[in-house]
Amino acid sequence: MKDGDSPAAAGSIVGVDVGGTFTDLIAIDPRTRAVRVAKVPTTPDNQAFGVLAAIKASGGDPARLSAVVHGTTTTTNALLERKIARCGLITTRGFRDSLELGRRTRPTPYGLTGRFIPLIPRELRLEVRERMDADGEVVEPLDEAAVAAAARALLAMGCEAVVIHFLHSYINPAHERRAGEIVRALWPNAYVTLGSGVLSEYREYERGVTAAVNASVQPVLHRYITRLGDELKQRGFARELLVMQGNGGTVSSRIAAEAAVNTVMSGPASGVMAAAYTGRQAGYPDLITYDMGGTSSDVGLIQGGVPRVSAELELEYAMPIHVPMVDVHTIGAGGGSIAHLDDSGMLRVGPESAGAAPGPICYGKGGTRPTITDANLLLGRLNPKGLLAVDSPVSMQVLADAILAAVGRPLGLDAEQAAAAIIRVANDRMAGAIRMVSLAKGHDPRDFALFAFGGAGPLHAAALARELGIPRLLIPARPGITNALGCVVADLRHDYVNTVNKPLPALDMALVRHTLEAQIAEGRATIAREGVDVDGIEVLHEADMQFQGQSHILTVGLPGVDVSREALHQAFADAYWKRFEVALPEIRPVLVNLHTAVIGRRPALPLDALLPADGRARDLAGAEAGKRRVWFNADRDSGGGWRETAVYHREKLPAGARFAGPAIVEQLDCTIVIEPGDRVEADGFGNLVVSVQASTP
Amino acid sequence: MNDVASAATLDPVTLAVIENGLQQVCNEMDLAFVRAAFSPVISEALDRSDGIYHRATGELIAQGELGLPVFVGTMQFGAKAVIDRAKDLAPGDVYIVNDPYLGGTHLMDVRFVKPFFYRGELFCWLSNTGHWPDTGGMVPGGFSANATEVEQEGLRLPPVKLFKAGRMDEEILSIVLSNIRIADQRIGDIKAQAAALAIGEKRLTALIDRYGRDTVETAIGELKARAARLMRARIATIPDGEYYGESYVDSDGVVDEPLVIRLTVRKEDTELHFDLSRSSPPCRGPMNSVIATTRSSIYLAMKHIFPEVPINAGTFDPLHIADPDGTFLYARYPRPVSGCAAEVSQRIAEAVFNALVPAMPDRLFAAPAGTSGNLALGGHDPARNRNYIMYVISGGGYGGNAAGDGLSNGCSTIGISKTTPIEVMEQYYPVLFEEYSLHEGSGGAGRRRGGFGINYRIRLRRGSARASMVMDHGRTGPRGALGGEDGGTNKVRITRAGRDYTPPHLSKDQNIEIGPGDVVAVSTPGGGGYGDPLEREPALVLADVGRGYYTVDHARAKFGVVLTGTPLGVDEAATAALRKARATASEPTAAQ
Repeated sequence: MKDGDSPAAAGSIVGVDVGGTFTDLIAIDPRTRAVRVAKVPTTPDNQAFGVLAAIKASGGDPARLSAVVHGTTTTTNALLERKIARCGLITTRGFRDSLELGRRTRPTPYGLTGRFIPLIPRELRLEVRERMDADGEVVEPLDEAAVAAAARALLAMGCEAVVIHFLHSYINPAHERRAGEIVRALWPNAYVTLGSGVLSEYREYERGVTAAVNASVQPVLHRYITRLGDELKQRGFARELLVMQGNGGTVSSRIAAEAAVNTVMSGPASGVMAAAYTGRQAGYPDLITYDMGGTSSDVGLIQGGVPRVSAELELEYAMPIHVPMVDVHTIGAGGGSIAHLDDSGMLRVGPESAGAAPGPICYGKGGTRPTITDANLLLGRLNPKGLLAVDSPVSMQVLADAILAAVGRPLGLDAEQAAAAIIRVANDRMAGAIRMVSLAKGHDPRDFALFAFGGAGPLHAAALARELGIPRLLIPARPGITNALGCVVADLRHDYVNTVNKPLPALDMALVRHTLEAQIAEGRATIAREGVDVDGIEVLHEADMQFQGQSHILTVGLPGVDVSREALHQAFADAYWKRFEVALPEIRPVLVNLHTAVIGRRPALPLDALLPADGRARDLAGAEAGKRRVWFNADRDSGGGWRETAVYHREKLPAGARFAGPAIVEQLDCTIVIEPGDRVEADGFGNLVVSVQASTP
Repeated sequence: MNDVASAATLDPVTLAVIENGLQQVCNEMDLAFVRAAFSPVISEALDRSDGIYHRATGELIAQGELGLPVFVGTMQFGAKAVIDRAKDLAPGDVYIVNDPYLGGTHLMDVRFVKPFFYRGELFCWLSNTGHWPDTGGMVPGGFSANATEVEQEGLRLPPVKLFKAGRMDEEILSIVLSNIRIADQRIGDIKAQAAALAIGEKRLTALIDRYGRDTVETAIGELKARAARLMRARIATIPDGEYYGESYVDSDGVVDEPLVIRLTVRKEDTELHFDLSRSSPPCRGPMNSVIATTRSSIYLAMKHIFPEVPINAGTFDPLHIADPDGTFLYARYPRPVSGCAAEVSQRIAEAVFNALVPAMPDRLFAAPAGTSGNLALGGHDPARNRNYIMYVISGGGYGGNAAGDGLSNGCSTIGISKTTPIEVMEQYYPVLFEEYSLHEGSGGAGRRRGGFGINYRIRLRRGSARASMVMDHGRTGPRGALGGEDGGTNKVRITRAGRDYTPPHLSKDQNIEIGPGDVVAVSTPGGGGYGDPLEREPALVLADVGRGYYTVDHARAKFGVVLTGTPLGVDEAATAALRKARATASEPTAAQ
């Protein structure tokens, strides 16, 4: 039997991403270049069923898959829904409440109400005598008997996992490690998390919560991955199961649960990884990614083909998770965002969303308030026949009436003008949010290309790019399954952070070198332990720096472990000038943290195969599905109107096709809107590259 | 109700887009300022704000969404004070001013005010305020507890041009730096503060280039009218009538007796009239409030009540505040004012909450802890041979409310800041925190209880230091609402050479000498309770006791819940009987 002639994706690498509504799969066979995709409903109670169903739907036989890479929302959901393990805390005497008191905040700047529930309830937070100072010197020795007593007490109270979190353990973890030995000797499972083990960085609240997150989802993830692995094994799968992490890299399922916290937010990360991979191949290394879904949109930044990673995620109010993750910002605007007038008659879109239920009016599931999706439909930008997730179709008249009643009549607009106004206000807000995300990181959005994906991203991207002054827009071959693609193309990746916190003149450069080398060694050892094939290992170093007396940091790249004091100083001064146009020769720079990312490169995959070559039309006319009336806002800032617009089948577009907007491109799970004046070219990697006409005079 | 005839000249979409654009200009200024600032009060505590102001009246056009709430109202008065004195304006000029009586707060809040020219014509003003860690005066950090005139509080700058046509005036700079402590880092803050305005200038120019001067001008007028309309619509939901609320400042720091804020709010049609005229007279110590701060405190209280109303001058249109002449809430030169921004402002807001909670019980909340809890420790570290000023700013409990219990350790009513981590404090200063814990029992009892304050204990490890503090709610806790109990009070105890010392004014004192091994211990207030504690579900009381928030005795005394047995459980019969007896006993009081 030859692998190549089976349609069942033999020898394929499979990426499976579990989203809120759908579980997406893509299988690529590197040798035959065969690509299979599947989209099945997510099974929230046990995501494994959806994963298995997707594999089945793709026609894949688990016994002949070469690898399964899995992006899961198990840990994120467990946290958001608080379906977490019962977890205890052993901490420094006097500080058991630090995880409940937080950083003295409130959920919103205005309004003095809100709720906060700590991950570990107060009765499960126990204290022991021990204390380090900020230099790592022992102020009070560890009371070892008290540690054992605390562990026994927590077990008696039914804890399944435990966190050991001591002050200043980032500088001297000796007490934490000793306490860990004592607890592990008593604890019936492996769910023992040390604060410094997860994150060797100062700030006791953030480190403690990150450790608590790890411990509370560890048993949940472990059980889930074990079950999925067993199910796959039963079906004959004998190769490697990899799990996506929030840093955009993968980890072997054998060790994924050790640092369960790293799998939080892995979904958005995999989308950004796919974008980076696609951008590198297509020659667009600097990208802003825009993933618009039903209730929200995710924005990420990629520079030089590498997604920006940060360690400042706040998953929800007062839940910071400070392990390095692909830096994705969520904007509260999606297809389901509701348009309404406030009491002063101002048109607002969102933040309230119709969500999946009842959803937009056009889903026919009982929604009555107009959403962005409804406006897109009324304006001909979406094809009524192409909607997924529709219960009973709603007539255009019903839609028009609803938009007229809620927005049009009070503003003196007809239904179409009102729908156009909804789109314009929504685009304006989304563009503003994208601008803030890039500016907050010190970048000008005009230096990037926009990479649009997700169900709704390509509907709005051309208008957003124009608004932001972004000259190029990239629409990948399969916008609706980008996250699954990200699983397939992601590398193994492990990140390490150590706090140094020394002014440059006083910095021991040998220590810098030693710290970076230790981080590399740990990363290499971990990759070796995973036993996954890699093409090679790549190492990236960064330094978090600030001027003495500041509290915000600026991150600069380091060329290697042998960086000189002068080079560090110069790199920081340059970065600071670029960001603020301020030079401060008067003040000493401080090296705060050293980072290392150790990346195990997995074999490259061909992207041109994502859209099959057969079935392509010979010329553009052959790809045209017809024409329809589509409303476009005018090139300048007001007015607009209907345009007779060509509609193309994405799958039929010939390689190298070129055409100009206005145009609509439809594919299975996504619609692409090309604005008038924009020019499109289908490149050799399956992408549509859109040259965006500038908007400002 | 949604009559939009007045907007006929401008299409509604352009209006929304320009509103968003103006907001973005301010947000970008806020962001640049915070990221580049040195003062931890700005960079961590976010004690700063950036905005756009009308060229002639100084009225607020737009302000950053993450600006310090208390600056929401003050900066337009500050801009006006500069406008009245400005002459020979040129692009690139930047005024510096911190005079409290000229539309300010306290001296530490330093304002930069910059004329914005569009194609050679003055279009508006850009301004920002940042809290500097020190501006001179008798106490490091500026929070003197017993200054009796403003000169003791620090350097006072009238509006002067620090930048002239884009160039910094080194002579003025040298005067400023010669009069403040830890001056070496201030140059960084000055550059950051000016750079933020320069970024605002660029973005605003781009916005006007795009939409045209007249359109933006029209939009600004229209946005003001709409904010006013939105505020009026909210006010209309309050039943007509007169409401009374009061609050107490422990003392002025010099004379040990409470200052009273007596506030009458009259609601008529779509307007609110605030009368503070029966409040205490001006005081000797630094708890006087300048009028800009007094007004701003009412504005920010209303914004806490109606957070969805956008902020510009129109928002304040329906709010009428009579000048409280002859009270400590309208300070004139040379009354000391260092406590007004951080403490008196919060007592004024509290009086607003206390007055209106019966009118809008579903929207409002019992009083929050409402003190910034400023503690400054200034000393010398012999191991590093350097002087330092360490600030601890604390949170407390928020009030219970219809939706649930109050938050614990929320930040001050006027702030939006985060605490500095203990691991950071111990790196910088020769101290050891021995405790940072929940202030048990401090949440005011109620059907929905208040949140809890905190306890912290700091031991000085070496050298000597002086402790100064400006806090409040030491005498009376934050008010409960609708039958809820008051929150727990603020407590300060200093242990020197083994002997305890309690500040005579409880929450305010200065220059208390401490040495190695001495300990400063502070407990902050809890929030007020909301609704009758006897109506709190016994299961919730049991859970609170299980977590150690309250004791078994508290459960009985405060909530009328009897807990017995091991493990602890609710004695239903005894609880019912106790609550019945309690309800009967309290009826006469409730009827008063």
